[in-house]
Amino acid sequence: MGNHALSYGAMLGRSQVIAAYPITPQTQVVELLSEMCADKTLDATFIKVESEHSAMAACLGASLTGARTFTATSSQGLTLMHELLHWASGGRLPVVMGNINRAMAPGWSIWSDQNDSLSQRDTGWIQFYCANNQEVLDTVIQAFKVSEKLLIPSMVILDAFTLSHTYEVVDIPEQEKVDEFLPPFKPEITLTPDDPHAFGGLTSPEHYFELRYKLQKDMEKVEALIEKTGREYEKIFGRYLGIVEEHLCEDADLIFITSGTMGSTAKVAVDELRKEGIKVGNLRIKVFRPFPFEIVRNIVKRAKKVAVVDRNISYGHHGMFFQEVKSAVFGQTNGIPIFGFITGLGGRDITPSTFREIAQYAQEKEKPEENIVWIGVKK
Amino acid sequence: MRLSLPEEELMNSGHMACQGCGATLAMRYVLKALGKKVVLCIPACCWSVIDGPFPYSSLDVPIYHCAFETAAVSASGVKAGLEMVGDTETTVVAWAGDGGTFDIGIQALSGVAERNDDIIYVCYDNEAYMNTGTQRSSATPYGAWTTTTPVKHFKNRPKKDMEAIMAAHRIPYIATASVGYPEDLFKKVKKAKDIKGTRFIHIYAPCPSGWKSRPEDTIKLSRMVVQNANFPLFEIEWGEKYILNIKPKEKKPIDDYLRIQGRFRHLTKEEVAFIQEEVDKKWERLLANVNGS
Repeated sequence: MGNHALSYGAMLGRSQVIAAYPITPQTQVVELLSEMCADKTLDATFIKVESEHSAMAACLGASLTGARTFTATSSQGLTLMHELLHWASGGRLPVVMGNINRAMAPGWSIWSDQNDSLSQRDTGWIQFYCANNQEVLDTVIQAFKVSEKLLIPSMVILDAFTLSHTYEVVDIPEQEKVDEFLPPFKPEITLTPDDPHAFGGLTSPEHYFELRYKLQKDMEKVEALIEKTGREYEKIFGRYLGIVEEHLCEDADLIFITSGTMGSTAKVAVDELRKEGIKVGNLRIKVFRPFPFEIVRNIVKRAKKVAVVDRNISYGHHGMFFQEVKSAVFGQTNGIPIFGFITGLGGRDITPSTFREIAQYAQEKEKPEENIVWIGVKK
Repeated sequence: MRLSLPEEELMNSGHMACQGCGATLAMRYVLKALGKKVVLCIPACCWSVIDGPFPYSSLDVPIYHCAFETAAVSASGVKAGLEMVGDTETTVVAWAGDGGTFDIGIQALSGVAERNDDIIYVCYDNEAYMNTGTQRSSATPYGAWTTTTPVKHFKNRPKKDMEAIMAAHRIPYIATASVGYPEDLFKKVKKAKDIKGTRFIHIYAPCPSGWKSRPEDTIKLSRMVVQNANFPLFEIEWGEKYILNIKPKEKKPIDDYLRIQGRFRHLTKEEVAFIQEEVDKKWERLLANVNGS
């Protein structure tokens, strides 16, 4: 299952300190890691903390000593960590975390939507959205490398149940090869009495600004590094991760823009619609932060219409991928109509027929009449 | 002359503490006992300022300035990390004020204590949120004025019994200490250093600016508070064995202590009598615990 793919990624990445707190639908991630630590398959210290806030706090402390750290959470747990997500990026601590997309309460929901992770978009974390279990495992290993190179933390994100609890065949790479790809974490400066420094102390307006400037400058290097790291990974393991996944976008009149598992569903819909002579394509965005503006812009430019499908909402605004896509193409696409759809909140199923409905709407309208087109909601 | 404390200083001048700051003395004595092989985790508290702004530090040991509510678990993370990178020697200390311990940090502290993570937790207690300008905390004693418990509405609940809470976790070592008794404090930190597991040291640390006391009375207050049994010096081993370190020959009345602090100036005779009663009861309870173990 997707959750175990996260655990295996953390194991093969030789995580040294893991701190986590259970939350549905993340529990199997930490259950398997607990077993791995207990039977020494993985040489790591597992701190079984009393909250997600403490899970992240423990990871940050450990990361500062130069240990490789991993945690996993979901929804309420992720948002409880919010303060410390800023701490991780601001402290330049490359923690890697799995997050299972789960809708926010109230009412209590354990089912998938992206509001938990997307409401962390400004915390300075790299965000990867995965569509299958192989990608989950491969992304964790690559995330360690990318994060540790630039000292920016990474979130590897997968949908509740449709991925977290779905069994698929996954190729588990050999440890030796992973070791070859991912050397041990060796930061230049660590928290040690042998070379005493004060980390994160009171920082006056004289210095703070530059620290944030540097974070952004390094964030701007992430995209190229993911590309490079992806190619290195491909050379060893034969699988390329990349920033986006294109499916028949080349000649498409209408391009769906999707993320997570609905990206796979969209591909099925695209294939069906193509058979009926409707020229659609799917662009699945794998990396939301940093947002791949140029890549998206260049692909979108080819289409006649674009349909951004969001499983999330920024209340008082629109879907969040929709916002990003519009900002990516603003002023540069000669007014290609971009439609924003919201669907699947709180785990309502997104099926190929969802995309049929979206395609039909986009075909019928010449240009967007509203900023949010709701699909499947009982109004 | 034989010195009762080592001469080596790991805290330097140039720090940013106020005059008569008890928290500063606490750090100085604790570092003398622990030596250089130490990492400090300091959450938001006076000490996150006292140490000095980036890029300066007044201490010769490394500091991780961590989030307010995370001192204990940050220390656990640091300890786990150090061990995984091959350093099993370093003592990891969470160093927090009373707000970061009694209030916002108590959840993480309880988690660390329940797991018996291998850290020393030091709470320097100046009995209110002093870094933000004297707001009440759950360590503020009954009767005290603070900026959020004005005289007309002074704090009408007792100080939280942190030692009892920690004892309930059955950790190997708990101690109270006062900056007015540096040798006792030194001895306890030394003892704690050689114990494995969660160790909790609660240090009484006067704050002249928040208590409206004279800076030159800091030592006086931190001795009086022991002599009047308002902050007795004791240890608890494994949550069960109580050891009283200093038993006043003659327990002093509380009013002399209250009178030299502006924060208690408004109290009536009746209120002082009530405080005395509470101190007496607390003292009797402690003696019963000591005699019973």
